Amino acid sequence: MKIQHRETERHVLTIIVDNEAGILAKIAGLFTARGYNIDSLTVADITENHAVSRITIVTNGPPAVIDQIHAQLERLVPVHKVIDLTEVGPHVERELALIKVAGKGDNRVEALRVAELFRAKVVDTTTQSFVFELTGTPEKIDSFIALMRELGLVEVGRTGVVGMMRGPETA
Amino acid sequence: MATMPGWFFEEPRPERRVRGKKEFIVAEEKSGAAILVESLVKQGVEFVFGYPGGAVLPIYDELFADTRLRHILVRHEAGAAHAAEGYARSTGKPGVVLVTSGPGATNAITGIADAFMDSIPLVVITGQVATNLIGTDAFQEADTIGLTRHCTKHNYLVKDPAELAATIDEAFQIATSGRPGPVVVDIPKNVQVAVATWQDGPVQRRMRYVPQMAGSADEIAQAVEMIARAERPILYTGGGVINSGPRAAELLRRFQKLTGAPLTSTLMGLGAFPADHPDWLGMLGMHGTYEANLAMNQCDVMVNIGARFDDRVTGRLDAFSPNSEKIHIDIDRSSINKVIPVDLGIVGDCATVLDQLIQAWGSRKGADLSEWKARIEGWRAKESLAYPQQREGGEIMPQRAIERLHALTKDKEPVITTEVGQHQMWAAQYFGFDKPNKWLTSGGLGTMGYGLPAAIGAQLGNPGRLVIDIAGEASIQMNIQELGTATQFRLPVKVFILNNEYMGMVRQWQELTYESRYSNSYSDSLPDFVRLAESYGWKGIRIHDESELDAGIMEMIAHDGPVMVDCQVSKEANCFPMIPSGAAHTEMLLYGDMVAGTMDDEAKALV
Repeated sequence: MKIQHRETERHVLTIIVDNEAGILAKIAGLFTARGYNIDSLTVADITENHAVSRITIVTNGPPAVIDQIHAQLERLVPVHKVIDLTEVGPHVERELALIKVAGKGDNRVEALRVAELFRAKVVDTTTQSFVFELTGTPEKIDSFIALMRELGLVEVGRTGVVGMMRGPETA
Repeated sequence: MATMPGWFFEEPRPERRVRGKKEFIVAEEKSGAAILVESLVKQGVEFVFGYPGGAVLPIYDELFADTRLRHILVRHEAGAAHAAEGYARSTGKPGVVLVTSGPGATNAITGIADAFMDSIPLVVITGQVATNLIGTDAFQEADTIGLTRHCTKHNYLVKDPAELAATIDEAFQIATSGRPGPVVVDIPKNVQVAVATWQDGPVQRRMRYVPQMAGSADEIAQAVEMIARAERPILYTGGGVINSGPRAAELLRRFQKLTGAPLTSTLMGLGAFPADHPDWLGMLGMHGTYEANLAMNQCDVMVNIGARFDDRVTGRLDAFSPNSEKIHIDIDRSSINKVIPVDLGIVGDCATVLDQLIQAWGSRKGADLSEWKARIEGWRAKESLAYPQQREGGEIMPQRAIERLHALTKDKEPVITTEVGQHQMWAAQYFGFDKPNKWLTSGGLGTMGYGLPAAIGAQLGNPGRLVIDIAGEASIQMNIQELGTATQFRLPVKVFILNNEYMGMVRQWQELTYESRYSNSYSDSLPDFVRLAESYGWKGIRIHDESELDAGIMEMIAHDGPVMVDCQVSKEANCFPMIPSGAAHTEMLLYGDMVAGTMDDEAKALV
């Protein structure tokens, strides 16, 4: 007998929650307990009195599973709203990355040139290294990292995706 | 941020309680423990099922000499949770549990998980070590919030006694509304001792949990349209109808009468529809009747009311009711399309939606169902619940024992609880239920040891009513210590053990799947149940053969006090009909279909 795997699709979910103790564990644990995937997860509180947090989860799964994730999240008492950005349509996705490149000579010059093309900012420099700050879609960051790999990439830190609907509507 | 969303905080409402002619709100300093007790009283709690320990001593001191709450001392914390479940299921009111930190909480978890799976409203108060000790591996410390996170509807760690009144209020609201479930409130010991201002008025409620109760007019109209033009409709009802309250069962009967559709129910839904009704098909699923499962397979419109397409009901998914349009009414949106994709999902409370359906149905007449009913009669003629009658030496068939128990007690409309296994299925098959809240069984989690404590809780909630735990000799030993609880509180519960000296359901699966290699399924070293009962102050009765069956049951009913009956039944009897693991509804095994041997790995992997 073999374990079967199914076709999956990627979805970005924005979740508005009460900022109470254990809420992150509750949501992360829901994904583990029910066998859902988390590609990235970001969380920060978004109100002046720290009462509400916004969580963005990038997940993947078959359409029926994505629908279940949506429903299971909405079932949690501290969850006010779940928006499937992939489902609602036009939206922006942004991610921030810090990328450290070490080296000397031509590679160093080339790294700086590529960084300019990507509009990455240099946030730290020594004679042997740069730390670039890059904001963009996950794909843009992926391709920047791929280029830097040949030019002395030594370390990457990524925030995971934050997303928002286009237009005047709010989540 | 310009405006706060509406779900945030409701405006405080300084409502005033009128006493005599003068209006006033009593505000005074109280300890967390005292605030907890006042809050429970305010919720109308009658019984607290619990067990004391270090981290709840301040609460127990408050309970001392408080006559407003009655504390039921169990013998094990799992017993407390199951007793609270039994109370809740038989009365429709939330059950309240009070246990200490660490082992108190972990012992209660089986009952909490059971209540979560079967959607039973519980509020479980757990003690916790003082807040400054949390995380230090203190004595009797366990991460109760972490441990119960995925088996509760919600849980709280209360860090300030000033939050306690509002937390308890919200805990009861969450436990009892929407899809009911257990809520844990973890209270550190220093929070029980510290004081806060307590007001004798309504608490300010956070309006963040507002379940959807009614379906939209469009959905209702579409459902009525689908049901009215159906040629082969079936109503498939579940525990949601019971949880929605007795009115839902009443409305279900009316709706069935309007449509004329045949009706089957899950294990959890038994009692919502009378078992002697001509359109009753019996229970469906793995041990359901032939007619119920075949009707599910062949129907053209299926109306699922408060059930959840459990794997024990559907059998093999790709063969489940292949040619039907499906309507699913459920208060929990996540139940819809979870297992079986449906054509029309209606999120709402069963009673409310049934009422809407009845209104929308009006005076219309459904399609002519006589052909459909004739087909069902053909399946019914298979007599799938038939079993061998005459046995050598008067040996009692367990099915026969249940039938006699039903016949001799039905006038008293007893509350029946069960443990888990063959006896549970026989009780479901052969005991005819016709009222809701009279059948308490662990359906989702399948917890052996559920029945005795549940019977204790049910007896407290239904004084004067006959309460019987139909048990097996293996299951009953899982919470046998609760015999003492019944004795202490003078509860005349009856335990009727179908003793076949096997964990019968395990043995049955070993026969079907593992060439009868009975690995550890024999009940060895059994106690003498009669003497065991007597040692706890119970009456003990033993029934050896069929000639003693009726007299034994009558003696049990007649005794004014707790009775344990050791009914020795056929050791080899198995539970049929049965849909084997990984099979479709059309591949049922009936009694006498001799099946033994092995299964392929795919079938073995499906529990």
